[in-house]
Amino acid sequence: MRKTKKRIPSVSTASLPDIVFMLLFFFMTVTTIKDTEMLVENKLPEATELSELDKKDRIIEIFVGKPTAKYSNVLGTEPKIQLNKKLFNIEDVRTYVLSELAKKPEGIRNLVTVSLKIDENVHVGLVSDIKKELQDVNLLKINYAAIQGNYTSVLD
Amino acid sequence: MPRRKGAPEVNAGSMADIAFLLLIFFLVTTTIETDAGLDRMLPPIEPPDTDVIIRQKNIFTVNINKNGQLLVEDQLMDLKDLREAAIAFLENGADGSCNYCKGRRDVSSSDNPSKAIISLKNDRETKYSTYITVQNELVGAYNDLRNREAQRLYNRDFTDMESEYLNPETPSSIRDDLKDKVKRVQDMFPQKLSEAETTSN
Repeated sequence: MRKTKKRIPSVSTASLPDIVFMLLFFFMTVTTIKDTEMLVENKLPEATELSELDKKDRIIEIFVGKPTAKYSNVLGTEPKIQLNKKLFNIEDVRTYVLSELAKKPEGIRNLVTVSLKIDENVHVGLVSDIKKELQDVNLLKINYAAIQGNYTSVLD
Repeated sequence: MPRRKGAPEVNAGSMADIAFLLLIFFLVTTTIETDAGLDRMLPPIEPPDTDVIIRQKNIFTVNINKNGQLLVEDQLMDLKDLREAAIAFLENGADGSCNYCKGRRDVSSSDNPSKAIISLKNDRETKYSTYITVQNELVGAYNDLRNREAQRLYNRDFTDMESEYLNPETPSSIRDDLKDKVKRVQDMFPQKLSEAETTSN
């Protein structure tokens, strides 16, 4: 066939902004900008038998690790406990945890899990101190945060 | 003042570019975080009223020292052998009451899975990553056994059933069905993992 069309009809791009805006709004609503600045190092250990924690509202987070390079000249290199945005001593853990628990709606208080996000270089002594504090305030559901990985890296 | 015929139209052609720019920014910054980890239940602080006598052969002791070395049942052991040793202990079934166990029925090891207790003891100086790895292996030993039984009974992995059961989005009809299955497999190999107080030497 010799006859060709004179003009290829152009695809209308008028609805492109709408599509993009839709995607944009989706990501804007899904994004949670992390507002807690990490004061301690937090490289989680690797494990394989993980169970997932969904339901963000039922979690109390406790971070433990060495102060980050930015703060290590002020705070030293001993592992510290970070609760929310501040560093605390071990004695204050129970007060913090109880106050966090009081903020939760009454119906879910007995479902609250404490997520222990502990740097892999921390010694177990401090961890067991924290566990004892949690036992004292009867918060018994805990979760050792870890990332999916290959445990054999510890062996080397 | 002469009136204009109409407001001049704003060119909306660059709108897409602006939106794309924002979109790419959010795409890059978004990290959809899913928290995962090893679930544990701490024992309540009140000691039980009655002292339960547990026979030594029903306890599987795991000691970790500060250098990350393992002492399992008074013998030095590599981390990679721990899971197998724990499985062998759990399904030993010396008293013969456990008909699904495939253990060796060694009289010097555990009587049946519901009596078998794993006791974990560690030094204060133990590295946390070692501790988690050991916990992971012990939980893995239970999961392996439970998966095996769940496969046999329901042709499905236990861990898979459990996560579906715990997922709040699963419809309640399926959850009720799963509840019994999960409970049954859990009861076959109840997780009895006790942690002794850490020692400081």
